[in-house]
Amino acid sequence: MDFRNSESWTAARRRAAAPGMTRRQFVKVTTVAGAGLTLGIVLPGCSPKSGGIVARSGIVMPFVHIDPDDTVTVICKHLEAGQGVWTGLTAIVAEELDAAWSQMHVADAPAKVPMYGNLAFNPKGLVQGTGGSTSVANSWMQLRQAGATARTMLVRAAAKRWHVAPENITVKEGVVSHPASGRKASFGELADGAARMPVPPHVKLKDPDQFTLIGRRDLPRLDARDKSEGKERYAIDVMLPGMMTAVVLRSPRFGGKVKSFDASKAKAVQGVVDVVEIPSGVAVVGRDTWSAKKGRDLLAVSWDDSTAEKRGTAQLVEDFRRLASSKEALTAAERGNVDTALEHAQKRIEADFEFPYLAHAPMETLTAVCRLSQDACEIWAGCQFQTVDQANAAKVTGLKPHQVSINTLAAGGTFGRRANFESDYIVEVASIAKATGGRYPVRLIWTREDDVQHGKYRPLNLHRIAAGVSREGKVAYRQRVVGQSIMAGAPWGGPKGVDPSAVEGNAAEEYDLEQVSITWSDPKAGIPVLWWRSVGHTHMAFSKEVIIDELAEAAGQDPVAFRLALLTGHPRQAGVLKLAAEKAGWDKPFPRGKGRGRGVAVHHSFNTAVAQVAEVTISGNDIRVDRVVCAVDCGIAVTPEIIEAQMQSAIGYGLSAALWGAITLTEGRVDQTNFDNYRVARINEMPKVEVYIVPSTAAPTGVGEPGTPPIAPAVANAVRAATGIRIRRLPFDLAAARREQRA
Amino acid sequence: MSIELTVNGQVRRLEAEPDMPLLWALRDHLALTGTKFGCGMSLCGACTVHVEGQPTRSCITPLAAVAGKHITTIEGLATAAGRAVQRAWIELNVPQCGYCQSGQIMSAAALLSSKPHPSDADIDGAMAGNICRCATYVRIRQAIHRAAETLAASGAG
Repeated sequence: MDFRNSESWTAARRRAAAPGMTRRQFVKVTTVAGAGLTLGIVLPGCSPKSGGIVARSGIVMPFVHIDPDDTVTVICKHLEAGQGVWTGLTAIVAEELDAAWSQMHVADAPAKVPMYGNLAFNPKGLVQGTGGSTSVANSWMQLRQAGATARTMLVRAAAKRWHVAPENITVKEGVVSHPASGRKASFGELADGAARMPVPPHVKLKDPDQFTLIGRRDLPRLDARDKSEGKERYAIDVMLPGMMTAVVLRSPRFGGKVKSFDASKAKAVQGVVDVVEIPSGVAVVGRDTWSAKKGRDLLAVSWDDSTAEKRGTAQLVEDFRRLASSKEALTAAERGNVDTALEHAQKRIEADFEFPYLAHAPMETLTAVCRLSQDACEIWAGCQFQTVDQANAAKVTGLKPHQVSINTLAAGGTFGRRANFESDYIVEVASIAKATGGRYPVRLIWTREDDVQHGKYRPLNLHRIAAGVSREGKVAYRQRVVGQSIMAGAPWGGPKGVDPSAVEGNAAEEYDLEQVSITWSDPKAGIPVLWWRSVGHTHMAFSKEVIIDELAEAAGQDPVAFRLALLTGHPRQAGVLKLAAEKAGWDKPFPRGKGRGRGVAVHHSFNTAVAQVAEVTISGNDIRVDRVVCAVDCGIAVTPEIIEAQMQSAIGYGLSAALWGAITLTEGRVDQTNFDNYRVARINEMPKVEVYIVPSTAAPTGVGEPGTPPIAPAVANAVRAATGIRIRRLPFDLAAARREQRA
Repeated sequence: MSIELTVNGQVRRLEAEPDMPLLWALRDHLALTGTKFGCGMSLCGACTVHVEGQPTRSCITPLAAVAGKHITTIEGLATAAGRAVQRAWIELNVPQCGYCQSGQIMSAAALLSSKPHPSDADIDGAMAGNICRCATYVRIRQAIHRAAETLAASGAG
């Protein structure tokens, strides 16, 4: 049965978010609505109390709400940015609850820790946020327990009402039954009674072979309809009475400050209501977006660049190279004696790799709405880092963090951009509200030029690698990584030694190597940097997989077989590599000639292993990726169709970076402005993609990012197979690589 | 300045500057927020609407150019092709972040209205102006083919 064609399944829908709802309000709403069952689960060490609503002491995590009208609402603590968390997290609860999919709703959680903290960011739940492909992984047990607890209480309520033993009651698709007597009741009918049942301290969870919703291929996304009808509401769509719209003019150089400005022409634009200075620049506020933008175009600002970063890309790369040759480095990983091993290697390769700064460029630019009063600041945003944003908004408005409420809305993409330690766009909108005295709610819109030129970028990286293979096939691998630290900006203090995100997914972690050394130097540039879909893996996977391919070639071995020999201690990687190779027909000869080539890469990130085989056609210096075969092992596949979508997405995103993506600077100013010169993949450039998921009963792991790292090296290896040219600088420039190889 | 246009079948009168792009008039003045801002330069297609049935980038179309014209936005998309496209989008779980999808759907609906049985090359031609950073392209292609089949089966194509 294809559920998508049945009314009951397509009826599954989303409920308006529960913005700013505190737990107390939540309880009150529940009571007014006829009690119902608002379910909290209590973490170990806290005593559960009766009433469905757990005691005020202890840590309460209310993730499920069951209304007397039969709707089940899952409270989602993670940002839906396209990766499918609304659907995935709801499926987890519905599974253990034995609910019908048609009765499931989802609402975004308010900003509140530890209740809605990300347990992967902080085990005590002190930081709420989304990232690192952690949403399903950190919610998995939490939400299964929430669902199973609710189910248990519904069953007990039915048992009490019917005077039967709970063991003889069954639950299926939202109906509680006592088969012996033929009695039946819906969740809604039992919700009030269930709310008075004691919260069971322990519940039994299903075995994976009992899952009926988890793993379904035909599970409809809860947001597919709204997003196909133009009804999804993003931050840019928020409209409040009296709301004004603001755009900001920022320093063309990072670190520049406003020296002085002349707003007279801007203020003369019809519709402009205010021009105010804020820490990041000058904001023009208008009655609509157009007037604000026209006003901004007429602003005259003089900038103080005394502390700004003024280097261009060429200078930065030169400085990075110098650092790569210096002894100033921290050791990230070291085994054996790599220098000796390299001296005795049968074949040896030395190479430098260069990776540019990259902008995230989500389709919805950064946008937020703020309403400020004397004792409250309310924010609407596709918020990815609630706890940090709350603290930063409190700081600029002079309020306490608990006085800042955040209404998290769907984000039009993020890829990491909306979670940053400075909360740049949130601080801007709050600063504008503060500077305008809270006289009106204000919506901040970043233009695409703002997004491209004032980004927080994937760091520019230089890798210097020496690698060798012995007669016995043993690999020695030495790598110096030069790239800015992302974590250095953390409000809780940067890393004491190596920033793990700068070297993650290195060869020492990913392969069985006995002779390996990975060192890292932080070049300390003034360009803001940030996690960009798969973070350090974006560059670490590339150089690793290209060098390993080259070593295989030097050793006269097949690239898949060569890798498998180095992956005996990494069964998940070996598994996906074998599966991708099999599905791609790797054992059959690939038709050469006509510029065609095939390449492979495997990488493990965010606890998920992905292998990809890419097939390319080269015409002149143009690279066309025809087909990608992708195998993924992410543990239990909660929502297989979304996993497939995430692999397709990550491949398209990674291809954009591989083939075209680069943010460059001239005298500290970003050269790119919009999609014409910051080019991204379009439909005619998207390869055919086949995704295969390794069956698993292990706990689920991330899927939002792990598909990105392997695509660029797989394509580079395919280009090498087709042309003999090695790509060592991104984005790929085949003409330049040909010239360099000849030289 | 007062400008009159027909939006989703209704005559609307706007007090706005004639150089204001249709996009901001729809969003900020008529509260039709289904049409999205992506680039402001006709590079990404997120703002696509139909003007007299033709797919048009509203972010660079000044109000003065559409005075008296018939405009359809995602909120008013009601052609057989449009509905078939939306149905296929939902059935195939096309949207991810969803932000570009109004524009994608408006472009796809216009394509099917003029070409009921598009080839892959036709799809590339009509859809290459619509960027999706989630790269939902594989499913967009499938969904357009699916919608074409539905239309053919219903005789509406």
